[in-house]
Amino acid sequence: MDILVSGLLLGGTYALVAMGLNLQYGVARIMNLASGEMLVLGALAAFWLFTAAQLSPVLTMIMVAPLAFIGNWLIYQLLLRPLVRRAKNQGQLEVDSILATFGMSFALVGIMVAIHGEYFTYSYLANPFEILGTTVALNRFVAFVVAVIIGVALVLWLNFTRPGTAVRAVSVNTEAAKLVGINVPRMSALSFALGGAVTAAGGTLISTFITLDASVGVIFTMKALIIVIMGGVGDMRGSIIAALLLGLVETAVATLIDPGLTLVSAYLIFLGILLFRPQGLFGKRTT
Amino acid sequence: MTGNGWKEIGLAAGLVVLAALVPLATDGYWLSIAVTAMMYIALATAWTLFSGPTHYISLATGAFFGIGGYLVATGMSDYDISFWVMAAVAPFVAVVLAALVGAATLRLSGIYFVIFTLGLAEMIRGLVSWVQNNFLGSRGLYVLTDFTEAHIYWMLLAIAAVVYLIGWLIERSRLGFAMKIIGNDEGVAKHLGINTAAAKVALFMVTGYFTALVGVVIAPRYSYIEPNLVFSPELSFLVVIMALLGGTQRLWGPIVGVIPFTLIWETISVSFPNATTFYLGLSFLLIVYFIPNGFVGLIEKLVKRRHG
Amino acid sequence: MTKPGRTLLKVQGLTKRFGGLVAVDNMTFDVHEHEVLGLIGPNGSGKTTTMNLISGAFPPSGGSITMNGQRLSGLAAHQIARLGVSRTFQLVRVLPGLSLVDNVVAGAAFGYRKRWGAEAETFARGLLERIGLGEHMHLPVGSLTYIDQKRLELARALAGEPEVLLLDEWLAGLNPTELQQGIELISELRREGRTIILVEHVMDAIRSLCDRCVVMNSGAKIAEGTPHDVLSDPEVIRAYLGDE
Repeated sequence: MDILVSGLLLGGTYALVAMGLNLQYGVARIMNLASGEMLVLGALAAFWLFTAAQLSPVLTMIMVAPLAFIGNWLIYQLLLRPLVRRAKNQGQLEVDSILATFGMSFALVGIMVAIHGEYFTYSYLANPFEILGTTVALNRFVAFVVAVIIGVALVLWLNFTRPGTAVRAVSVNTEAAKLVGINVPRMSALSFALGGAVTAAGGTLISTFITLDASVGVIFTMKALIIVIMGGVGDMRGSIIAALLLGLVETAVATLIDPGLTLVSAYLIFLGILLFRPQGLFGKRTT
Repeated sequence: MTGNGWKEIGLAAGLVVLAALVPLATDGYWLSIAVTAMMYIALATAWTLFSGPTHYISLATGAFFGIGGYLVATGMSDYDISFWVMAAVAPFVAVVLAALVGAATLRLSGIYFVIFTLGLAEMIRGLVSWVQNNFLGSRGLYVLTDFTEAHIYWMLLAIAAVVYLIGWLIERSRLGFAMKIIGNDEGVAKHLGINTAAAKVALFMVTGYFTALVGVVIAPRYSYIEPNLVFSPELSFLVVIMALLGGTQRLWGPIVGVIPFTLIWETISVSFPNATTFYLGLSFLLIVYFIPNGFVGLIEKLVKRRHG
Repeated sequence: MTKPGRTLLKVQGLTKRFGGLVAVDNMTFDVHEHEVLGLIGPNGSGKTTTMNLISGAFPPSGGSITMNGQRLSGLAAHQIARLGVSRTFQLVRVLPGLSLVDNVVAGAAFGYRKRWGAEAETFARGLLERIGLGEHMHLPVGSLTYIDQKRLELARALAGEPEVLLLDEWLAGLNPTELQQGIELISELRREGRTIILVEHVMDAIRSLCDRCVVMNSGAKIAEGTPHDVLSDPEVIRAYLGDE
């Protein structure tokens, strides 16, 4: 039961981060390997404002999200659009964007190490809290609730608004979206920016209950990628379910065997997906 | 066989002889730089063998390298097996890993492969540490040999030369021809009777073998080995950068990338030891935006301009 | 012309579904040795999908394809190619990074009857001469005209000396002069006694080239017989022209 509750709570925040990455890859077609650094940046802001000004991470999140939105929008327009224009085919864009986002990822790590080279340790709502007969830290629960609110808002926006529908259309078929008059470059930039904002928001939440440091981003990038692939590229519901699953498995492995093996367990899941359902858990097999 | 092919291999042989003289000319600081450079030349050439024709960015270098180094250390420290026996065995473990990773990911689009190799070194490091701590007891692993820096240098040079020769032979073989067709149009390749997944896996296994062998040979240089040291994700990225900087469309590309980069990197590591990550990122960005085809691309453009 | 011989390729109950759409519906037909079989029908009737199923571009959802008693359905494209099925593509797909000779060697090196090295090159040059590309042998592939690219693709498909050759709208997009040359080229292959399945829209070509035709509509076979017979079949005419 402990594992179930903690696993689901962890999975909830994972879901948020994976949804961010999924928006970026599924719609803008940019495999953003600096996603984890965006998350850590959010965490760093939360840590910094909390230690300097006692500001609640939830408030920080509200400030960080629009900033991350603008920042990612600029990254897309200034750094990634030229690659999209230059690419002769999808394969070349993939290679270029992988290399460029690796570059951004390392550069960001470098900058963050310079700002704060140690662990982002702070204590926010670390009081015990009882839920379903299990005691968890209150901060985990709060992070989960906020993540759910953002996630639900995002899904509603995607499904019930005009821009949301346009974003989904681009994700399904870029060419067809162009033909029905959707401004694809704008929607791509919007999705990339939104994805970055969601990821950074996820980072501020995660930092309340996991102690991060400047260089830990790549681990989160890995996990988010595994979740996105497991859930299916472009499939938000898939991402949520896959994230909860990964949260559960990781918590189970960490509690029952060894915390050092969480990445190993994530890999085993990944391997299983690649071997048996490369189109994602809920995706249709394409030909 | 074209005349150019023989000229190329003759030139390479000349370079190998010249390179072999380096330890006679210098020892100390410059030799140690030369060892590092030679290590990267071998690693980057092995990397290009696979990633050049397939355009798949492999980040598995750290994992293969680590397997080589770690197995040598375990074999010598824990089981009293000689260095040479471990050098013969360890690379084949990497070959098996390459086959497994390749079989799982190379049927699919390149992105899955990149992601899978991205965390591979880290994952194996976690697994190895866990096994070591829980079942073997965490003792230090020592690789004690009589090798001098010069010996290590010559061994690395031999590996680099063999990798180059094998790459040269592959380019002229049916496998190399198949890779060229796959690079042009993978769909057509399949319909011509090429088992595209098998061809890619085969090539990846060759890369895995030599990468691990470099890990084996370099282990005596560290003498004290722990998983964190040899399963290094940073190594994977450095090799990618050097190979791309040189250019991956020619087998000699990595060589022209490694030498300047090693020197620059050495300076950066000494002058700004805390900012290496930042500079690593900057190098990636510079390459992608300003020299997408590497030095090879620049050189060939210049040559073309002069002739046309 | 050689008389059509024994049954070489057997297609039975072949079906392909994409999600809810049935692209090929329970197709059954035979292909005899040394015959040119036309696979015809209106746009979207499933001809190209049938070709893709035979060449193994994707697996069928049901039914079977056998050649000389060997089951092809379910095998991967490269295995089918090695068993002696070659193809050209609806939209021409040459290998732009390779020389003309290497484009043809590519077909010989891994196909049904394998050739490699000097032997393959000589063979490839011979094929290029025969197919009318002898003078262009040293040009870059990208500078070839459309029909020459089609010729090159055909030479590549022939280079493995396949048992069955699949031509997917090989004559489409050619101007009238080129069309005549193209038809002439295929008739030559026919006189050599090759076994060919061709998907085609050009009626003249179908009449002059095909020994037999299989007509498809909405994924299913609606007629089979000599070009003359099927093209005067009322149901076939209705399929092409609509119900009016």
